[in-house]
Amino acid sequence: MYRQAKHDRRLIMEKDGSSDFDVPFSDDLQGLEDFAPAGMLRESLDLPSLPEREVVKHYVNLSQMNFSVDNGLYPLGSCTMKFNPKYADVLASLPTVAGLHPYQDEDSVQGALRLLHDLELALCEVSGMDAVTLQPAAGAHGEFTGMLLAKAYHAKSQEPRTQVVVPDSAHGTNPSSAAMAGFEVIEIPSGEDGCVDLEALRAAVGERTAALMITNPNTLGIFESQIREIAKVVHEAGALLYYDGANLNAVMGRTSPGAMDFDIVHFNLHKTFATPHGGGGPGAGPVGVRERLVPFLPVPRIVQREGRYRLDYDRPDSIGTVRSFYGNFAVLVRAYSYILRKGADGLQEASERAVLNSNYLKRRLAPSYPAKYKELRKHEFVVSCKRLKEERGVRALDVGKRLLDYGYHAPTIYFPALVEEALMIEPTETETRETLDQFAEAMLRIAGEDPELVRSAPHNASVRRVDEVFAAKEAILSYRAFKRRAAKSSPKG
Amino acid sequence: MKHAAEMLSELGLSSVDQLFEDVPREVRTNGLRLPRGMSEAEVLRHVRSMMAQNLCADDHPCFLGAGIYNHFVPSAVRTIVSRSEFITSYTPYQPEVSQGMLQALFEYQSYIAELTGLDAVNSSNYDASTALGEAASMCMRLNERKRFLVPEAMSWERKSVLRNYAAGPGIEVVEYSYDPYTGELDLEDLRSKATPGTSGIYVEVPNFLGVIDSHAPMLKQEFPDVALVVGANPVSLGALKAPGDYGADICIGEGQPLGMPMSFGGPLLGLFACRQEHVRKMPGRVIGMTRDAEGEKAYCMTLQTREQHIRRSKATSNICTNEALMAVAAAAYLSILGKEGLETLAKVNMARALKLQKLIGQLEEFDSPAFDAYHFNEFAVRTPVRPEKINKLLIKKGIIGGLPLHGHIRQLEDHMLLCATELTSDEDMERLVEALREVQ
Ligand SMILES: Cc1ncc(COP(=O)(O)O)c(C=O)c1O
Repeated sequence: MYRQAKHDRRLIMEKDGSSDFDVPFSDDLQGLEDFAPAGMLRESLDLPSLPEREVVKHYVNLSQMNFSVDNGLYPLGSCTMKFNPKYADVLASLPTVAGLHPYQDEDSVQGALRLLHDLELALCEVSGMDAVTLQPAAGAHGEFTGMLLAKAYHAKSQEPRTQVVVPDSAHGTNPSSAAMAGFEVIEIPSGEDGCVDLEALRAAVGERTAALMITNPNTLGIFESQIREIAKVVHEAGALLYYDGANLNAVMGRTSPGAMDFDIVHFNLHKTFATPHGGGGPGAGPVGVRERLVPFLPVPRIVQREGRYRLDYDRPDSIGTVRSFYGNFAVLVRAYSYILRKGADGLQEASERAVLNSNYLKRRLAPSYPAKYKELRKHEFVVSCKRLKEERGVRALDVGKRLLDYGYHAPTIYFPALVEEALMIEPTETETRETLDQFAEAMLRIAGEDPELVRSAPHNASVRRVDEVFAAKEAILSYRAFKRRAAKSSPKG
Repeated sequence: MKHAAEMLSELGLSSVDQLFEDVPREVRTNGLRLPRGMSEAEVLRHVRSMMAQNLCADDHPCFLGAGIYNHFVPSAVRTIVSRSEFITSYTPYQPEVSQGMLQALFEYQSYIAELTGLDAVNSSNYDASTALGEAASMCMRLNERKRFLVPEAMSWERKSVLRNYAAGPGIEVVEYSYDPYTGELDLEDLRSKATPGTSGIYVEVPNFLGVIDSHAPMLKQEFPDVALVVGANPVSLGALKAPGDYGADICIGEGQPLGMPMSFGGPLLGLFACRQEHVRKMPGRVIGMTRDAEGEKAYCMTLQTREQHIRRSKATSNICTNEALMAVAAAAYLSILGKEGLETLAKVNMARALKLQKLIGQLEEFDSPAFDAYHFNEFAVRTPVRPEKINKLLIKKGIIGGLPLHGHIRQLEDHMLLCATELTSDEDMERLVEALREVQ
């Protein structure tokens, strides 16, 4: 069985030594006798001081207490934890990539601008959109950008619309992004089949609707086959159709948001285009739009004329910008490299294999983990632990924790809320059949294991089950806060 | 595809097409119109040669700053953030197998808490601009007022991003001006704009003109019931007073100088810290200290009831994927520099910029510095010709010049912002000054 490393748990602030770092020019501090206004000098700075040797040891040991895609299967539904190819990392750290300042004159960054321009075009092709902005830093940021675009679009046509409709199965960022952009969010219940209920949709949309946000395949991994009818209802009401691209890995080359009549799309390059997730980020969330929304895209736009690339800020209808500069460039370089490597056929094959792996695994798990709704899924599926809970007192959470003991990351749990005791499983295309078989065996075995063993899992991780309630009650977010708390609760004060 | 046929047959299917039967005919596409794939060797060659058309700061003196800085990144920082276990994991949803990332992020939060003098820190926003946008919304949550004051002397991008974040909740963004002689904030103007409905005042230290504003330490006394938001350059905090120590309720900033390459402006690291009493109103993921079932110390994501996956449209922020790996870089960087390292670095940056300021000041046609104040590592100069023109000339000489300011602050025509860091050598400065001499 798997066993995770367990090292010294002291914080780096609790370690002692002396730094061997040299700051260049530290012997030339001429003129610095007096360098800041009165009252602006720092009085204390409580940072540790350690040699590089200790720092590297500390963080390498910490890394060994962290499960990652490079360690093993990470079937975290909705997150597309596919393998991240290493050439992409090599290219992202080239000095000619890493050493560019965003305010450099256009003449000195022609290569960078060309890459961004070419990436925009490739993403247009994959999505069936007419133009793409690479600015947003993540999927949720792309959603927010898309909502600002929808707002600007309706404002321009003198039709201020105030509502955005989302299905109850939508990812939490959808309603949150719409609300941040100032919309009232209307949630509609899903139908019996887990898909958008056309009647509920018709009842919800009207002249106040700015947009409907959905993802296809939806969060159950089911393709919304009525997508054209959905688009029709939305467009006839004068609203826009927004595509949450988190699930794009299911459909590349087979269909596209454009073919499905979507108006705005965000991509998660850290999902579909294999850029590493970085322990939570950075990602990249480009946004694609149809022709009629192009004037509103963020500035600057990258334009090409006679082989020369330029940043164009002169777009009177633009929403402005949604972050500083042109996007998470190092992530964009990785995604571009991945697209070059895969090419047209490779991207389509990635989607096909992702869907095959998902359906295969679903079939293997069926004896103990039933999946409600229809048979065929796309790149992910959702099973229920309801029966396990009723019969053995084992919940989805427990199954997830027990999987950690077997050396697998847990699936996404309790999402979407439509499914009781949900496990959302996304194997991705980069896993072999052998890996899927082994994972399935572990899952089936867990279903028959001593419930107490499962409920008290994990047993082989760096720590035992973590007390999240205590964390929320205490809200200790820094060593400073910890020391303050400790001083308060000690009898000496 | 290996095993594909067998796997299909176990599903009772005979072709991959059948896996896509649920995609209605009218929305199907027939493949992608993209080039064929390349071998890994070809990809590496292709992208390398494309990037070779760029002029980069490793090979050419670079005098740009304005939010993104060319600092030395210790090799060990790269080693640490390149660890597979950090770079290929995701948000630590399963704390038991993610203690490494969680502890590294808790250490990051601890470092930023110490630098800013504020106990509560999140584990990153996208960048400083979006952190500012989120700070304005948080101020509104704190006092239910809707007027947010910002400096006129601020980057174009930050103003635009703030407007976009402020529009939804209906926050009115009002600019206060700066003193044309010192580059510091104009206190009279700020007073006149801080009317009773004011929710927050944002001030940058150092500001966009590189100036360390002498008003900063008295703003909280001056405006006691308005939320004070300070935008700080974290390297400067090695020598300058912690914003929490002069009354900041929230401190934001750009974390890129803490061990991250410039990478054409992304990925970046949005710093976000606040007073402990405001913690339940803050945006973003936070890592908390806790214990496991056996009472051992452990870490996990916490206060999640503020977040989008639980609170949905009522969440404090929509942020999900953030900039976690950049936060690990910052923690590793600060660990390597340590207390003396960061203090020295802050002073060296001031000394380098001061040296450059004086060298350029010797050129008759350049007014350097354009503002009479204390500066951190950058300063504005008035130029005899348009700064864009100067930059074109500098590029020909292999020098990456400064930032033309009028694109950000309209009245500052013929002004250029120049930056020097610990990577700016005497020779770099001499090359710049020689080149500028020709402009006169
Ligand atoms: C369905 C769905 N939508 C949106 C998002 C948000 O994307 P990001 O985390 O890149 O902001 C996610 C990410 O987890 C997702 O799974």
